[in-house]
Amino acid sequence: MRGRESMFTRGFRALTGAVLITWLVLPLIPLGIWSFARGWYFPDLLPRNWSLRAWEYTLSDTAGVIECLWLTIGISLAATFLSIIVGVPAGRALGLYRFRGKELVELMILAPTIVPGIAVVLGIHSVFIALGLNNTVGGVIIVHLIPTLPYMVLVMSGIFANYDPSYEAQARSLGASALETFWYITVPAIMPGVIVGGLFAFLVSWSQYILTLLIGGGKVVTLPLLLFNFATSNRNDITGAIGMIYILPGILILLMTARHLSGRSSAVGGFGTI
Amino acid sequence: MTQVSLKELTKVYQGATEPSLDRLSLEIASGELAALLGPSGCGKTTTMKMIAGLLEPTSGDVQFGGRSILHEKPEKRGVVMVFQNYLLFPYMNVAENIGFGLKMRKVDKREISRRVGDMLSLVKLPDLGSRRPSELSGGQQQRVALARALIVEPDVLLLDEPLSNLDAHLRFEMRDLIRGLQQDLKITTIFVTHDQEEAVVLADKVALILDGRLKQYAGAEEFYNRPVDEATARFFGGQNFVQGHSDGSRFESALGALDLPEGAATGPGKLTFRPENVRIGHAEASRNRLTASLSDKLFMGTQTRLKLRVGGELIDVVANPNEVAGISNGDELKISLPPSSLWVLAN
Repeated sequence: MRGRESMFTRGFRALTGAVLITWLVLPLIPLGIWSFARGWYFPDLLPRNWSLRAWEYTLSDTAGVIECLWLTIGISLAATFLSIIVGVPAGRALGLYRFRGKELVELMILAPTIVPGIAVVLGIHSVFIALGLNNTVGGVIIVHLIPTLPYMVLVMSGIFANYDPSYEAQARSLGASALETFWYITVPAIMPGVIVGGLFAFLVSWSQYILTLLIGGGKVVTLPLLLFNFATSNRNDITGAIGMIYILPGILILLMTARHLSGRSSAVGGFGTI
Repeated sequence: MTQVSLKELTKVYQGATEPSLDRLSLEIASGELAALLGPSGCGKTTTMKMIAGLLEPTSGDVQFGGRSILHEKPEKRGVVMVFQNYLLFPYMNVAENIGFGLKMRKVDKREISRRVGDMLSLVKLPDLGSRRPSELSGGQQQRVALARALIVEPDVLLLDEPLSNLDAHLRFEMRDLIRGLQQDLKITTIFVTHDQEEAVVLADKVALILDGRLKQYAGAEEFYNRPVDEATARFFGGQNFVQGHSDGSRFESALGALDLPEGAATGPGKLTFRPENVRIGHAEASRNRLTASLSDKLFMGTQTRLKLRVGGELIDVVANPNEVAGISNGDELKISLPPSSLWVLAN
């Protein structure tokens, strides 16, 4: 098929590729330049003086950026892990079974992606204060589940809609225990979905600002919060350096998954037909 | 060697008013090959799943060798079920699929590979171990599914519609393979099917289930010659039912008075006989001679189906095409009904 693509198709593909790259990569270039600049003033096209000062500061112990990076990674990994633990069974229920009120449950799970975070978090804030979860890392991890779960559940319900539980019955019948069945039959079938959903969850958690700010109460400082602090205090060079670190996971994940998210191999699991 | 007993097995699904399976009692002798036959939705797959432990009965009991197994988990029952669509694990190759049950039993890897090799040659697929299930034909997948079940040497083997997904020419081959393996290994085997032909060619005994109830449990021939009622006879292709009265030796009806075999029911009832057991022509020794007129004729290749009018009744007859080649509608025809082919269904 590939050889038969028309000029138009190929041209359109090249055009969308170019637009996408312009849109996504171009805004990042000034940020990268800033991180190596020592002053960069209008009307200069490039900074007159270059320096590694911003990077030196960013990577030093005193700045606390590295510490903050590890905290952010920890929070995002924990939120991702919890999303998987909750999202897989929820996706299974939504994908495999029909039950009364299913549409309502689906809507409730999707709601956080529609309703603005700030509206949700103000209510949750008072609940978390009552529970003593405000200003804690645990509280931040839990509140991150609000935006990460919809993605996880949505991806997993898609996987389970294309899943035949008879395979599990067959494995049980052949002598596998419930746990062995899950490990040998269910996990390989849903793994691609878990990975894709997990990457989504990680990135969504990674980029949370308002939820972290309100529930963390300034005590739990993740990378986006730190980034914002520097951005508003006119330190464009340090903002640039932290910004570069901040976008790293996104780029890595994009590189790892680009192959799976495009074209004919975009199916992410299930048993399909054999 | 395991005898399987179902005792008053009943399943009422949640929210259902009628039971899907109503007090089914069956004894399947050790090493026997039994069929559960019935139209879709009659409760036969439900029965199978309850034996396999994949479904909990509402009441009743399943016993292997006289011992109830209802409290056992599916993987501990010694039962393996082969599903209709084979369900080969797509993430494993053929050898891994077949060896799965042994792996779950923590059998040594070298032992697994040796026994998988034996199994592959037993089901006549010696060189396909490294193939993916998606690369196999339907018949090959069926063999792999069977090998995967047999390798764990189950006490009881359950087969769900084992022949129905196969082409006509593969069915006989598969039938011989299943039958042969079952005889060699002496595994008590139960299969479900909606196809009476499949049940007849494969099974020692057939249990006919209609609307969740056991109608008859007998050898295949009895369903043709000695059905318990009209629904059973019709399920096996019975067409001829003539209302009348039996005195035990003769049956009075619109067809006249006909001699009955010994042991026929008495009183008012229906006379039934297979279309293929009606003899064309009057031989010297034939009893129950009748004269009929042809009302319709359908040539079907290896046989010709006739509709004959006798004393106001229409009866169905299957004849050898050559015997009835010359006759046409309205012609008179001599037929006879051998007493041994008649059967009375008491009202």
